[in-house]
Amino acid sequence: MIDLSVQIGKLKLKNPVLLASGTVGYGNEIAELTDLSKLGGIVTKSLSLKPRIGNPPQRVCETSSGMLNAIGLANVGVEVFIKEKIPFLKKLNTTIICNIAASSVEEYVECTRILTREEAIAAFEINVSCPNVKDGGLEFGNNLQAVAQITNKVKAVTDKPVIIKLSPNVSRISEFAKAVKDNGGDAVSAINTLVGTAFDIWTKKPKIKNVTGGLSGPAIKPVALAKVLEISRNVEIPIIGIGGIMDWKDAAEFMIAGASAVQIGTVNFINPKAGEEIIDGLIEYCKKMSIGRIADLTASYEI
Amino acid sequence: MYTELSTVESREKLNGNAYLLKVKAPQIAKSIKPGQFCNIKVSETNYPLLRRPFSVCYAEEDSVYFMFDIQGEGTKMLAEKKPGDRLNILGPLGNGFDTEGDYDTAVLIGGGIGVAPFPLLTEKLEGKEIVTFVGARSADHVIKWGMKNIVTATDDGSEGFNGNVIACFQSEVHKLEKRKIRIFGCGPNPMLKALQKEAINKYDCQLSMESAMACGFGICQGCPIKKSQGEGYYLVCKDGPVFESDKIIIE
Ligand SMILES: Cc1cc2nc3c(=O)[nH]c(=O)nc-3n(C[C@H](O)[C@H](O)[C@H](O)COP(=O)(O)OP(=O)(O)OC[C@H]3O[C@@H](n4cnc5c(N)ncnc54)[C@H](O)[C@@H]3O)c2cc1C
Ligand SMILES: Cc1cc2nc3c(=O)[nH]c(=O)nc-3n(C[C@H](O)[C@H](O)[C@H](O)COP(=O)(O)O)c2cc1C
Ligand code: FES
Repeated sequence: MIDLSVQIGKLKLKNPVLLASGTVGYGNEIAELTDLSKLGGIVTKSLSLKPRIGNPPQRVCETSSGMLNAIGLANVGVEVFIKEKIPFLKKLNTTIICNIAASSVEEYVECTRILTREEAIAAFEINVSCPNVKDGGLEFGNNLQAVAQITNKVKAVTDKPVIIKLSPNVSRISEFAKAVKDNGGDAVSAINTLVGTAFDIWTKKPKIKNVTGGLSGPAIKPVALAKVLEISRNVEIPIIGIGGIMDWKDAAEFMIAGASAVQIGTVNFINPKAGEEIIDGLIEYCKKMSIGRIADLTASYEI
Repeated sequence: MYTELSTVESREKLNGNAYLLKVKAPQIAKSIKPGQFCNIKVSETNYPLLRRPFSVCYAEEDSVYFMFDIQGEGTKMLAEKKPGDRLNILGPLGNGFDTEGDYDTAVLIGGGIGVAPFPLLTEKLEGKEIVTFVGARSADHVIKWGMKNIVTATDDGSEGFNGNVIACFQSEVHKLEKRKIRIFGCGPNPMLKALQKEAINKYDCQLSMESAMACGFGICQGCPIKKSQGEGYYLVCKDGPVFESDKIIIE
């Protein structure tokens, strides 16, 4: 038997495969297509205090080996989430991580303060890195003091593990990871989407209404791996690796580069069963490599 | 909702640019309703990355049919499929046309490949009078497969009415004066916008909308369409793709 469990600070997961925020909704639609109880966990869509209607269409477009999105954090807001989404999430036999996005430090704190009472939520992932909203979002993700302050203030209102989701749109991501660690953050998620754009050459107009969007999918995998490695080599903090994972090989690669767990995003749109398949693939891989505890794979790179 | 690894049974070229693909997908075939769609993975590799949405054109026993025209790389690859090739299909997705209710004549109005969902709809409408308006660029682009009682309109006048399909409907609708009609529309946005304007406060009308999509089943929030009442959006993939014409704002 291979021990698939991993530890992210105080948070224990039955296996290292999580579904990424914004790519599983609140769990209910994708649950029809895959068995969520097999997964290490799911991260819910970014929540803000009040509902957000999101950006006007067109919100998504395909690019070379990737896609751009400018959803604009469309979400039901904390109140409706508690009333309408938590009851379903409670029934799932998997770890629920609640992702929060906000346009001010106070809003991050307020959301966490309200949600921390919900038993179904095992941990928080704080999104300081959404490229698609005017207020907040990247403004925070680019600013060391802001990331430090958000981590510190959010930690003060919850006993649950706090994971900060970092932006790749900075020159030294490890400095941000260090700020998270120094302020009591339990882990970092790396990475959120990269800022990108695309134009229609016949109309000369941007393909998405917001002009720029967040790039995800296989196109960003090498960048994401490099960010995970940079953090792993410079800061002692658990890392959840994200970016372009399509199969178990990609997941193994992220763990080797320094990730304790991984999140898969865009692939859920294409193959809603990808999470389950990745876990099966990792088990086979561990057998072949005579790895008894999958956690031993983390940062096992030989450079 | 199922993901089915299905097998291509046949491919037929309908006209200059349009194809009909028959695939064996028993679970989807048994549960599909007219106006619903499927999300097809057109290749087994990561290129193209995303699935492509297609209306289910027709279904019989264990098979479903898709009618499509070549737009870009994805549809080009789909057009090259041969019997025996594998295709991963996700469906049925969305809510289809609502065929229940009080009307005696169904008026189907389709522009270009927008006629794709009509064969299955036509079958489902058994017992109702049907008039189908089919619009196309020119005679060699007119599609009639699986449809009944067809009136054609072509932009260049090479077949039927000379002009667009909405103008054609306007010029013919007096013939339906004594009927209780319900309109079912599908096609490009400008056509549906014109139809919506025509239908407003006048006809019972349902429109099948298109939108760029990533997931097709409600998890990415990528396919919004503006609500006509109140703030915010519907999701085309989950709340649609068929909407009552007065419920949405077409941009
Ligand atoms: C609910 C629904 C039902 C559809 N049914 C049919 C059908 O029965 N027959 C048919 O021929 N076409 C249909 N379409 C349009 C069809 O999905 C596109 O023509 C197709 O995705 C183009 O793919 P491509 O790779 O050839 O083109 P590309 O231009 O290379 O596509 C690039 C990207 O844009 C998206 N895209 C391009 N055009 C459209 C479009 N019009 N609508 C939505 N996404 C688009 C593609 O999915 C892809 O992600 C439908 C669309 C929707 C939303
Ligand atoms: C459509 C879409 C919506 C997303 N929404 C969110 C979100 O609300 N909050 C968040 O933290 N990340 C969001 N993300 C980012 C993903 O969680 C993930 O970090 C990113 O897509 C990279 O992983 P991938 O290449 O596996 O998709 C979104 C991504 C996509 C594609
Ligand atoms: S396409 Fe993903 S929500 Fe509609």
